[in-house]
Amino acid sequence: MSEKTWKEVPMGGLILEAGNAAEYLTGDWRTERPIFHEDKCKQCLFCWICCPDTSMIIKDKKVIGIDYDYCKGCGICMEVCPFDAIEMVQEGGDE
Amino acid sequence: MGLIEIRWHGRGGQGVVTASELFAEASMLEGNYIQAFPEFGPERMGAPIKAFTRISEAPITIHSHVYTPDIVVVLDPTLLGQVNVTEGLSDDGIILVNYSKDLESLKKILKFKGKVYALDATKLALEKIGRPVANTSCAGALVKITGLVGIDNFLAATVEKFKEKLPEKAVLANKEAIMAAYNGVEQ
Amino acid sequence: MAKPMAISGNFAAAYSTKQINPHIVAAYPITPQTLMMEKFSEYVANGEVDTELICVESEHSAMSACIGAAAAGGRVITSTAANGLALMFEVVYIAASLRLPMTMCVMNRALSGPINIHCDHSDAMGVRDSGWIQVFNENAQEVYDTMFQACRIGEHKDIKLPVMVNFDGFITSHKVERVDVLDDDVVQDYIGKFEPMYPLLDVDNPLTYGPLDLFDYYFEHKRQQVDAMQKALPIIEKEMKAYGKVSGREYGIMESYHLDDADYVIICMSSTAGTTKFVVDRMRAQGKKVGLLKLRLFRPFPAKQIAEQLAGVKRIAVLDRSESFGAFGGPLFTEVRNALYDVNDKPGITGYVYGLGGRDISADQIEGVFNKLISAPDKMIGDIQYLGVRGD
Repeated sequence: MSEKTWKEVPMGGLILEAGNAAEYLTGDWRTERPIFHEDKCKQCLFCWICCPDTSMIIKDKKVIGIDYDYCKGCGICMEVCPFDAIEMVQEGGDE
Repeated sequence: MGLIEIRWHGRGGQGVVTASELFAEASMLEGNYIQAFPEFGPERMGAPIKAFTRISEAPITIHSHVYTPDIVVVLDPTLLGQVNVTEGLSDDGIILVNYSKDLESLKKILKFKGKVYALDATKLALEKIGRPVANTSCAGALVKITGLVGIDNFLAATVEKFKEKLPEKAVLANKEAIMAAYNGVEQ
Repeated sequence: MAKPMAISGNFAAAYSTKQINPHIVAAYPITPQTLMMEKFSEYVANGEVDTELICVESEHSAMSACIGAAAAGGRVITSTAANGLALMFEVVYIAASLRLPMTMCVMNRALSGPINIHCDHSDAMGVRDSGWIQVFNENAQEVYDTMFQACRIGEHKDIKLPVMVNFDGFITSHKVERVDVLDDDVVQDYIGKFEPMYPLLDVDNPLTYGPLDLFDYYFEHKRQQVDAMQKALPIIEKEMKAYGKVSGREYGIMESYHLDDADYVIICMSSTAGTTKFVVDRMRAQGKKVGLLKLRLFRPFPAKQIAEQLAGVKRIAVLDRSESFGAFGGPLFTEVRNALYDVNDKPGITGYVYGLGGRDISADQIEGVFNKLISAPDKMIGDIQYLGVRGD
């Protein structure tokens, strides 16, 4: 929680910066972490379509990894992947 | 002129509130301060109602009901047995009644020691306007009796008030009724 | 200079709204407010204003529409009374909390029940903690003038709060009085162009209104509202003075009437203050040292100024046109008594509740209150009495 005083916050609870939800990193909500195995991936992009947090990182129309800043570890990508290219592992280990 | 308070008696639908406003508006044309308001309540056609006018050269601050009027006007003679029309009226006050019989019988009914005036305003209204609406006639007579407002200003206020609500013919008829009452009221 | 008009308080509110020419008016009819909106809708139909009039399905919707319009960046006016105000209660708070300037006329009327359409102040007192600036007006002229002041006050950059323009239902709303009016261009010059601070329609600077605000920031935002109210007080005083220069009619946040040398003082608001002036004149003519403190601004409550005005007074009666059931006195009484707590040589103070549901208050009754003050013992108990009720 930020420590801004009543003299500093915008009046009326207004949020003056558009899209500032991006500043809130939801990655620490995760209890399980998806691991992307590029070797098994056929680039069907099911995971990209289904990810509720747009956390599949795409470059040149190809999945190249996962954005752990926002991924909440829901596991949908793993569920929808027809090729077992995504694996869920427990968080809390030392990487 | 100090503060003058007028109470108007009539029945719902007889233009009681209009009369109270008309007199006030005419007085305002002479630079005075005014109030005009009905006794607020359920508005029912035919029920006895009251309205009030206050006029004064100085701004009017009092906002209560009118308890001790200087002048009372009764637009409907059938109220005389039903409503205490002289309530709060002091002996140096004035009462004007729309009344078709002689003044002496009216005085007997009212048992009022101050000045009493009668005008057969219903008859006059039927002649001039074609409807038994005695409000403008009674107000016209009051202009003459009291001298509180000039008749020219009263006619001007009448035209101003009615010009958008009534056809031109009806406005003229009301003006005629006012003049007839003004000239005909027994002093 | 325009000619004086013979108009009711409702008409005066409608006519001033026409001269303000706001972007949006959203309202729902309720007695005794209806005639204001009827008249204003005529102006809209005749093309005499540029206003978009939104006819909504309830007062809750009326205030919601006003909030949306104000957030979008418009100058907004509405009006209601009694049960209508009660129905919009929730959103009344939101307008103030989102810091949206707007003006709402409240033709003060008793809250049910039993159902009653006549004047008392229970409606406005119900929302006195909602964060709105509240001004109470004595007559139609004051209503007319205060409508313009409300724009300047609410829209001031250091305030940004909605303003409630209160006047007595029927007594003021329906009584025809002389109202001296300003020319349209004088009004427009005085109120100035509306400059919204954070308009939602400014697409180059997108922002969010009304996000969830929990224990992390809510308290800070409430504290800001407190600050805005505190800052508002001197600004309101200044704006009311400035209006005096424009119109020749200066009101101030309160009006002292023969107060300088008065020993016995009545404090009250709205039309009753007018009747009290009448009584003060009458009693002064008999040599009695009586006076009136008419309060116009109830929120923010000018406690310090009231204490200053009442220094040296012997005894005070506060007249409340609303009851606060179970409380120690009506809302005005409790505030005034509180304001006097730190004053040296405290005057004796007593409270009266009067005029509920439109019960008339006469000059004689007010004179009776003064006479009771005059004959009271030096140490008065802060008792609450009921003026004009049968049985007391």
